[in-house]
Amino acid sequence: MRTGRNPCRTAEFAATEFTVPKYLRVMVAGDAKPDGVAVMRPDSSALEVRGLTKRFDRLAVDSLDLAVRGGEFYALVGPNGAGKTTTLRMIAGLLRPDAGTVSIFGIDALAEPVAAKQVMAWVSDEPMIYDKLTPIEYLEFVAGLWGIDPKASEPAAQELLSSLGLAPHRHERCEGFSKGMRQKVALAGALVHDPRLIILDEPLTGLDAVSARHVKGLLASRVHAGCTVIMTTHILEVAERMADRIGVIAAGHLIAEGTLTELRQQNGRTDTSLEDLFIALVDLEAAAA
Amino acid sequence: MSSATALSWFARHELRLAWREWLAMMTGGRRKRRRAAAVGLVVFAALLHLPAWAVVGRFADLRLPLDKSSLIVVSSTILLAWALMLSQAIESVTRVFYARADLDLIMSSPAKLTNLFSIRIGAIALTVTTMALLLSTPFVDVLVIGGGARWLAAFGVVVAMGLSAAALAIAITILLFRLIGPARTRFVAQVLAAIIGAGFVIALQIAAIVSYGTLSRFAVLTSDAAAAHAPGVDSLLWWPARAVLGDGEALLLLLAFGLVLLGSVMAAFSSRFADTAIDAAAQGARSRRSVRERGFRAGSRPQALRRKEFMLLWRDPWLISQTMMQLLYLVPPALLLWRSFAESSAALVLITPVIVMAAGQLAGGLAWLAISGEDAPDLAATAPLPASRVIRAKVEVVLIAIAAIFAPLVAALAFASPLQAAITAGAILVGAACATAIQLWFRVQAKRSQFRRRQTSSRLATFAEAFSSIGWAATAALLLVLPVAGLVSGAITASLVAATWKFSPRRA
Repeated sequence: MRTGRNPCRTAEFAATEFTVPKYLRVMVAGDAKPDGVAVMRPDSSALEVRGLTKRFDRLAVDSLDLAVRGGEFYALVGPNGAGKTTTLRMIAGLLRPDAGTVSIFGIDALAEPVAAKQVMAWVSDEPMIYDKLTPIEYLEFVAGLWGIDPKASEPAAQELLSSLGLAPHRHERCEGFSKGMRQKVALAGALVHDPRLIILDEPLTGLDAVSARHVKGLLASRVHAGCTVIMTTHILEVAERMADRIGVIAAGHLIAEGTLTELRQQNGRTDTSLEDLFIALVDLEAAAA
Repeated sequence: MSSATALSWFARHELRLAWREWLAMMTGGRRKRRRAAAVGLVVFAALLHLPAWAVVGRFADLRLPLDKSSLIVVSSTILLAWALMLSQAIESVTRVFYARADLDLIMSSPAKLTNLFSIRIGAIALTVTTMALLLSTPFVDVLVIGGGARWLAAFGVVVAMGLSAAALAIAITILLFRLIGPARTRFVAQVLAAIIGAGFVIALQIAAIVSYGTLSRFAVLTSDAAAAHAPGVDSLLWWPARAVLGDGEALLLLLAFGLVLLGSVMAAFSSRFADTAIDAAAQGARSRRSVRERGFRAGSRPQALRRKEFMLLWRDPWLISQTMMQLLYLVPPALLLWRSFAESSAALVLITPVIVMAAGQLAGGLAWLAISGEDAPDLAATAPLPASRVIRAKVEVVLIAIAAIFAPLVAALAFASPLQAAITAGAILVGAACATAIQLWFRVQAKRSQFRRRQTSSRLATFAEAFSSIGWAATAALLLVLPVAGLVSGAITASLVAATWKFSPRRA
């Protein structure tokens, strides 16, 4: 039987299954980050969403409330058209909500978007990178855009490319890269400025098993180092294995939230998979609607 | 399904694709715009009769037999049109090789590939010829109205020209693939298409400047020297001119020549067409290495943005080919400038509008690439700096690039005439700024690879950009010869730009 215990919280995890970048290990040990920003303390509030609403032709997100703690891996799951991507795009500052508030580490993201963007990163399911730049040039650009000191960003970029298996391709232009390689470049771009909150929309879509493992490993190592991750995924096994807490969204609002154990308890199914729980919750919501 | 049925079915499929590609280009891919596009096209065709009348109206009374000078002028006009068709055909063939996504389907089908690709070659020829017929119709109309039905033979010549241009374009492109490989062919073919399109006009202008100190091409074509060096009136070289004027025998031979040429290309190249297309498709899977071991550069966030934009512009094949073409167009005025150092020439004034026009057009293209053609819009939107700073950095890149390209010409002009240089520099700056502003007001997020369709996203922006460039070019020229008229022209152009802003979606 599965438990709600997060595997990336175990001591063995960082040491054996994935490689934690050197500079992150230093940060985990309590030192300052390369750019001088203090390490986030776990359990303080990383993201708070209140009454978030967005309407297109229909109501896409309906007065959504959401809270993610610092250092937490939060998975947002839901059926197609549930409002997952719209929610994340509003949090990332890519969409203006019709109503509601978004607070990132205490910063009002709607009133002070630049300050909020400084501490977060966004990765979409469709990797948006520049075909005519090489991965290393792309990372140099992203680090420059976030104002990171080259002395810190360059080794971080090299290490990210190595840990994602892109080192042999770092001087090749991205135009010939596969979907998986492009997604890894985009992810490296999101991590090179060492964000405190990483927002990912279906980051594993189209990745092969090896690439998916690279990405999952990197995200786990970041969470281990104190970073907060909020991610949408249709791969429920990933949410089940990696997430500290899972939010289930349907028709624009949160219908269930908690650890896997809590979700099971809430639904009176103590020995069931997330997939079964998810289907039961969504069916229930559809029936109620 | 019989072989003949399969082929006719594939021909219909190719024509449907060609039609839809053309329709998408005219309507920007929006079905609602079809009626507006049709009306716009009819109005455009009707309006085209006016410049057609100005250009060819005086030739309507021409009759066979012609003297050498007339034969040279008519043949040169035909050659110019054919060069433009060839340029367009090379562009079309390259697009088919690199852009069609149905190769896997075709190659895995049980149909005979040679036949299928013969049809594809035929469809390219038909597309090029149809476009040429559409564009030539106003000119032929003017000639028929002014000179009689005998000028209808010109349509036959256009068909022959279209067939031969398509055949030659396919042969050139496939040979380029064999000689320099698929990676370089795309870029070289784009440059070649630009040079062929502009080369003939520019060569004539250079000859006119060197011989007569003027930009007028007719000075060369109607000169005694050209007539003396031209072959006799019975030469094969004049057959296209004779065919246009209604010589049935010459017309039939030209049509036969076009068909034989196309048939030969189909026979010779349709089997290689598949290999070439596969090579082109595979080319995208190979990456170019740019070995660079230098460290990350320090700098502000706008500096990082500007560096990225410059790097992307520098690596953009379209931009390189367009810039080369713009520079090619600047060769005649530069030559005129060089000659004018020694002797004062009134023709020197003509340099200013050419330079200003080129700067406006180039700025429009650059601005689209930098502002609308953003391949990672989410990254720019989630970066920790205000959107206005991002836009400002992009605009700065456009203006810096324009300044870098045109500063040497303005500096050279300053040696000949400081006042003209100052007016030219001012007009370049205003023209480039207006073109950039129009792109900014009408920006629609797109991929850089969609550059070819940028004109279809907003017709208003396209026309406003063109009129702004023409307006500032005219203003600069008039300021030099008739300052009051220059001020009026400047006011009209500024009003036009202001009206464009008023109708822009950004203002709304």
